Amino acid sequence: MENTNKLTKAQIDELATYCEDAELKQQEITKVTDKYPDMTYRDAFDVQWEVRRRKVARGHKVVGMKMGLTSWAKMAQMGVEQPCYGYLADYFSVPEGGEIKMDELIHPKIEAEIAFVTKAPLKGPGIHIGDVLRATDFIIPAVEVIDSRYKDFKFDLKSVIADNSSSSRFITGGRMALLEDVDIKNLGVVMEINGEIVATGAGAAVLGHPAASVAMLANMMGERGEEIPAGTFIMTGGITAAVTVNRGDSINIRYQDLGSITAKFI
Amino acid sequence: MNKELIQSCGDELYQAMVEGKAIGPLTERHPTMSIEDAYQISLRMLERRLAAGEHIIGKKIGVTSKAVQDMLNVHQPDFGYLTNTMAFNQGEEMPISQMLMQPRAEGEIAFILKKDLMGPGVTNADVLAATDCVMPCFEVVDSRIEDWKIKIQDTVADNASCGLFILGDQAVSPTKVDLATCGMVVEKNGSVISTGAGAAALGSPVNCVAWLANTLGHFGIPLKAGEVILSGSLVPLVPVKAGDHMSLSIGGMGNASVRFV
Repeated sequence: MENTNKLTKAQIDELATYCEDAELKQQEITKVTDKYPDMTYRDAFDVQWEVRRRKVARGHKVVGMKMGLTSWAKMAQMGVEQPCYGYLADYFSVPEGGEIKMDELIHPKIEAEIAFVTKAPLKGPGIHIGDVLRATDFIIPAVEVIDSRYKDFKFDLKSVIADNSSSSRFITGGRMALLEDVDIKNLGVVMEINGEIVATGAGAAVLGHPAASVAMLANMMGERGEEIPAGTFIMTGGITAAVTVNRGDSINIRYQDLGSITAKFI
Repeated sequence: MNKELIQSCGDELYQAMVEGKAIGPLTERHPTMSIEDAYQISLRMLERRLAAGEHIIGKKIGVTSKAVQDMLNVHQPDFGYLTNTMAFNQGEEMPISQMLMQPRAEGEIAFILKKDLMGPGVTNADVLAATDCVMPCFEVVDSRIEDWKIKIQDTVADNASCGLFILGDQAVSPTKVDLATCGMVVEKNGSVISTGAGAAALGSPVNCVAWLANTLGHFGIPLKAGEVILSGSLVPLVPVKAGDHMSLSIGGMGNASVRFV
């Protein structure tokens, strides 16, 4: 991706306010590229990192990272060759068995994922799956609640990146496991909403192997000179398609040999 | 439908299969055909195959995914018979250009039974107790009906669109794997094309086998020790042609691969 800016610092600050306001006030917005068609990927990430900086300055903690658009089908659909990433702020975290308040969101969808927790730093470029496996402390099931702030989930890749890759809430649960004890490529997941099976999938749906997603994150962050520190929680991307949820829904996601995660949308 | 009509429909499907020439949908010509009629037609088609020297080695369950059930507007699976000419082994090429007309591949879990199962009243526990092992499997379905323009009766009459199948290279005890959550990854010509998990087939492949045992029980037909039972696809069907290569893996169960010629 190009590593130059077309926007001024003032324009980046303006878009940061525009995107974060949408998140905090649950307001649908139109694409940032509608306003600045010439903006670059660098600009889009600058917007995301500016919002992140503001949250931290306000006392929030960044508790992890997430990858998005990690299926080949989605990337082809959007005409891009790379997925995107976002950060997870402390208040995104929902306890296992907990409640997610619809009033705080716009039009949430859920995805079943596998999260990695690292024990050594990863800094791109040049990070490969082997580096990731060596740096992984353990894996744990996760469910991501995505909530694009864009009207009708209509966006392009730059707009998604500016919107923190649709991050909004996440839940971890089930059983942690060491990588050597699971066949993560073939690890199956079954998603149920209100007792009905709505999606199934296996680990390879994420870039062929979820560890490839962590390697890409390290390499993409490396383009900015950033590293993934030891102890980082990383959600690797949806194993299932994203499924719309409504107020009153109970979700139960089962992971092969790793238990399940439940939550309720109120 | 009367006996003569059932017989002629069964003969027509058999002929279509032998000659490799698809026919128009039976339901277009016989709109009142019931699912019961369709099963009678499938038995006639089977009778012709057995008369030609084939023998039954198992059964298959079809229409197990919600997507396919919605497409055919039914809320139950269907079944067909497996014969020895349909079975292939790892390492063998599958001659689809010679044996099938409009093949589509699907990934499944095969059950190999060690005890008979006779419905009604067969529970999931009975199925597991009667299962010797489970294996990864490709089923390559085919339709003797032009362009797959099938209603549920058309596919039932056509032996549940059964074509050929190939079992994987490993067999595991059902005590070793969670059949509802085990993941499946399907690759075609080197690309991952779909993933799924056991629950994609009626909530669990075990449910499918229990359904079959109970359904056949009404006709006094058992699932027999030694038979292979294909429990239904966990992923969407994909068209295949000579020259394609496919492989699948199932978490905790193993792999299967097939080269089409």
